[in-house]
Amino acid sequence: MANNIITPEMAKIPQGPLEKKWTNYKDHQKLVNPANKRKLDVIVVGTGLAGASAAASLAEMGFNVLNFCIQDSPRRAHSIAAQGGINAAKNYQNDGDSVYRLYYDTIKGGDYRAREANVYRLAEVSNSIIDQCVAQGVPFAREYGGLLDNRSFGGAQVSRTFYAKGQTGQQLLLGAYSALSRQIGKGKVKMYTRYEMLDIVMIKDADGTERARGIIARNLVTGRIERFFAHAVVVGTGGYGNTFFLSTNAMASNGSAAMQMYRHGAYFANPCYAQIHPTCIPKHGDFQSKLTLMSESLRNDGRIWVPKKLEDAKKLQAGEIKGRDIPEEDRDYYLERRYPAFGNLVPRDVASRAAKERCDAGFGVNNTGLAVFLDFSDAIQRLGKDVVAQKYGNLFQMYEKIVDENPYENPMMIFPAIHYTMGGIWVDYELQTSVKGLFCIGEANFSDHGANRLGASALMQGLADGYFVLPYTIQNYLADQISVPRMSTELPEFAAAEKAVEEKIAKLMKIQGKRSVDSIHKELGLIMWDFVGMGRTAEGLKTAIKKIDEIKKEFWSNVFIPGQADALNNELEKALRLADFIEIGRLMAVDALHREESCGGHFREEYQTPDGEALRQDEKFSYVGCWKFMGEGNEPELVKEPLDYEFTERKTRNYKA
Amino acid sequence: MWLFNSSIGRKFVMSITGMALVLFLLFHASMNFVLILSESGYNWICEMLGANWYALVGTMGLAALVLIHFCYALWLTFQNRAARGTSRYEETAKVWGVDWNSKNMLALGFVVLGFLCLHLYNFWFKMQFAELTGLHTGAFDPQNGAAYVKYLFSGVVTADNFDSSMLTMPSWSHPVYCALYLVWLAAIWFHLTHGIWSALHTMGFNNLIWFNRIKVISCVFASLIVLLFAAVPVYYLAVFCGIHC
Amino acid sequence: MDQHINIKVKVWRQAGPKAQGHFETYELKNVFQGASFLEMIDILNEQLISEKKDPIAFDHDCREGICGMCSLYVNGHPHGPDQAITTCQLHMRKFHDGETITIEPWRSRAFPVIKDLMVDRGAYDKIMQAGGFVSVNTGGVPDANSIAIPKPVADEAMDAASCIGCGACAAACKNGSAMLFVSAKVSQLALLPQGKVEAARRAKAMVAKMDELGFGNCTNTGACAAECPKSVSLANIARLNREFICAKFQD
Repeated sequence: MANNIITPEMAKIPQGPLEKKWTNYKDHQKLVNPANKRKLDVIVVGTGLAGASAAASLAEMGFNVLNFCIQDSPRRAHSIAAQGGINAAKNYQNDGDSVYRLYYDTIKGGDYRAREANVYRLAEVSNSIIDQCVAQGVPFAREYGGLLDNRSFGGAQVSRTFYAKGQTGQQLLLGAYSALSRQIGKGKVKMYTRYEMLDIVMIKDADGTERARGIIARNLVTGRIERFFAHAVVVGTGGYGNTFFLSTNAMASNGSAAMQMYRHGAYFANPCYAQIHPTCIPKHGDFQSKLTLMSESLRNDGRIWVPKKLEDAKKLQAGEIKGRDIPEEDRDYYLERRYPAFGNLVPRDVASRAAKERCDAGFGVNNTGLAVFLDFSDAIQRLGKDVVAQKYGNLFQMYEKIVDENPYENPMMIFPAIHYTMGGIWVDYELQTSVKGLFCIGEANFSDHGANRLGASALMQGLADGYFVLPYTIQNYLADQISVPRMSTELPEFAAAEKAVEEKIAKLMKIQGKRSVDSIHKELGLIMWDFVGMGRTAEGLKTAIKKIDEIKKEFWSNVFIPGQADALNNELEKALRLADFIEIGRLMAVDALHREESCGGHFREEYQTPDGEALRQDEKFSYVGCWKFMGEGNEPELVKEPLDYEFTERKTRNYKA
Repeated sequence: MWLFNSSIGRKFVMSITGMALVLFLLFHASMNFVLILSESGYNWICEMLGANWYALVGTMGLAALVLIHFCYALWLTFQNRAARGTSRYEETAKVWGVDWNSKNMLALGFVVLGFLCLHLYNFWFKMQFAELTGLHTGAFDPQNGAAYVKYLFSGVVTADNFDSSMLTMPSWSHPVYCALYLVWLAAIWFHLTHGIWSALHTMGFNNLIWFNRIKVISCVFASLIVLLFAAVPVYYLAVFCGIHC
Repeated sequence: MDQHINIKVKVWRQAGPKAQGHFETYELKNVFQGASFLEMIDILNEQLISEKKDPIAFDHDCREGICGMCSLYVNGHPHGPDQAITTCQLHMRKFHDGETITIEPWRSRAFPVIKDLMVDRGAYDKIMQAGGFVSVNTGGVPDANSIAIPKPVADEAMDAASCIGCGACAAACKNGSAMLFVSAKVSQLALLPQGKVEAARRAKAMVAKMDELGFGNCTNTGACAAECPKSVSLANIARLNREFICAKFQD
């Protein structure tokens, strides 16, 4: 590779005009004939939107699929928790939407740090996703006329978001899960629940090319380490937001699969792009295990504010008054004030930073000073309590159960929390990583969101990858594998990989130190939040790297894991994941330090406009920052994929006018 | 056959037999009520339901219904207990919205069945059976049901033709019979208030809109049947009290 | 206002599927009532780990009431003594100072215990694999708006579809019946024209699988719906019965 640069050819971006690229690709890619499909095995790790839809679609086509998940059922994957909706360029509302507009909003929302061809393809297949889901029986919300309803969502000026109450992720996942279940029932997918991948097995071809040929996984119930072969491995294991310990991710969400790929030579792209979601329920104690997100759709009708007067904020913090006691004229609707055009609907990164800015200035509204109000009193007056309850009732109920306060009477309190990671494993246009035969889909890859993801786009990307992209592109790879027979898992490569995994586990079990896994994880989380969170500085990031190295030392010398390795052992599972979170945390800090600009979810305080907006450095940083593993203990090497915008003009994101 | 080997099929059998028995009860209750209105009317019914072939077929049918209903109940309960597994919850709490009777249908069924035996001995054995076999099992002419019922519940004898050697009931036993029958009816009421709506539900006749309506209808229907039945012992209890108190 | 309370927790401990289980009682001091129930177990586990003991194994994941992973029979109720929530949404403010809280696993023949409070709910997946889907392949489907569906029908399908597959219905049922779970899926897909096409086949296949897996017979006590964290309605069971019986009569 010349100068560590990834060219468009290496990224396999098809020739031709933007809107023809995907069609051209499909017209010319290699296909596998039905008889040969039966001879090919594909491992899919993960059963979220991307994993389940990919496993189901590949099995429908005729491939033999082995599907793995760490939960007790594929239906539990954390895609299920997405509330708000899924975007598509259907233009059912006749408000001027189009594939191009969805593409443009996504590219712009991502602060021009995504690949044009990928994003356009995403917008293009978005419509098919909706068709597919409806055909599967996903009960999207409908109008009285019987047609599908849409709503507008953070960062968009058109109503293109399809939704199923506040449970869109659940319904889409259950749709994919049902398709997957059908294939499991038919025997085309072999499902392994409560299995965790611990390594990828690489085998060299006769000509010396290394390819992913299987995985090593631990049966979480028995503790047994097992070997699995496949002609290709697809990883859809989600994001690494739990590096922060407190995030909106599920407890078991982890970045270990990504790190396994990374250690085998797959690039980790843009690790520093992490999204902080503005509407989460604020933290309430040290024992807290996770943060709860409330749908961004709340911002459609809710108005965000803090007191204008510092003394009011002080009183709120002391618990002397409540939000409703502050008169209208003393309220600062700071998003409407700063961004008149988008108001409360600015993209997530903007809304989150604005909340942090107000809280840093001392205007926080709860006892920790880390919360702002989200107020529905206007909406209740305008629409009536019933309409508001119909739209947001389940979210209000959820809030009340957690906070023990009625949001119909007193404004809700919200604060940003880590929610989604745009960064991930680098993939080419075919969703193949820099390792042959290893594919990465969904949130786990870096591909479509650039530096920031728009609301209702994650579901779209997960399903696009799983239903409509990977099942095509993987054939271009598998077409060359039809003559490769199924390999024995007794091969020395499998044995060696298994041995390495067992040694790592034995090493962890032997430490027998004093600290629980969670206590170390919480410490890591605090460092991440303080130094690699919403506002980053060079100095802070250097501190973070130093502190993370210390945590790594502490972990490997003082962690305590009770129980046995060869039995069900939750603490061991957590320890294995934390070992990787520590590495990811460091990688995030390293990437954030190198990226001397502010863009999307990455905000470097040194790079901002006088009024506090993100300042991109297009000249220097218009590339995908890919990190290449250089061996344990060595600094990773930077590989760049330049983002030369051929079709779209780069502008400064402006949500003011 | 799905009526045997599927859970819904088995429940369907329970529902069908149950509903048939409910209809029989309604008929029986109405017939009993006639006694209060007109003794001769009642005896006319008794005559009709004596040893005629259709009455016999009906009786056989009823016996079959009861038998099927009972056997299926045992079978289902056995399966349900097995489905709970071998370990039981240490702590159970009352669940709001779950009626006591719905959880104790088998026990209620046994209570109903126990009284049914008494009832068969009291009435069927002395009436239809007696007529059928020609055996002399009761004090009264088998077709003079009215006289017999009156005697059983109140001790009053109004018939012209009877065997006085068989009138051996002590006078305190008449109100006891009334009370026993009322206890029986209470058990039937509990069994039916759940049974009727549950049967309709199992047969699929329910939805969100009709959910509460069907529960109310079942309750009204069960109450109607039980009140019609109860009218007879209550009436004669009053007669008894009029004489003895 | 939330206070700090002292509690005792009586937990079912069982080393493995075949091991003999027993209750153990632990004391916990100073638990904040604003903590969630599972956070209380986290605290207890941290305490156990600090004493070098085996922490309590329990299922949990999203901790926001949607994944259906958490279970637990708390003080005689699946998902604890509160309405329409999962265990992870239960908060300690539902308990008072000095209380002894009993925590048990789901107990049902079809949900064998794996360890402590963790059970195997694979049976629900198997029922889904038998027919809980619309038989369409990826691609080649009509436009999403080609069939209009009346809003009330779509809404009712959505309510049925909100089932999270947690197993509370079978755990709460005195008969160990899975009818509410099965009926929720059958209802959702039978209501929508997309799923109506194979509604009869689906009802038969799913019920047959349910029976085969050893779930009990429904006696309409309604405990399932009363304890369902998503308030899935009992009316769905009537629809399942209807679909199934009609399908059988058509055969």
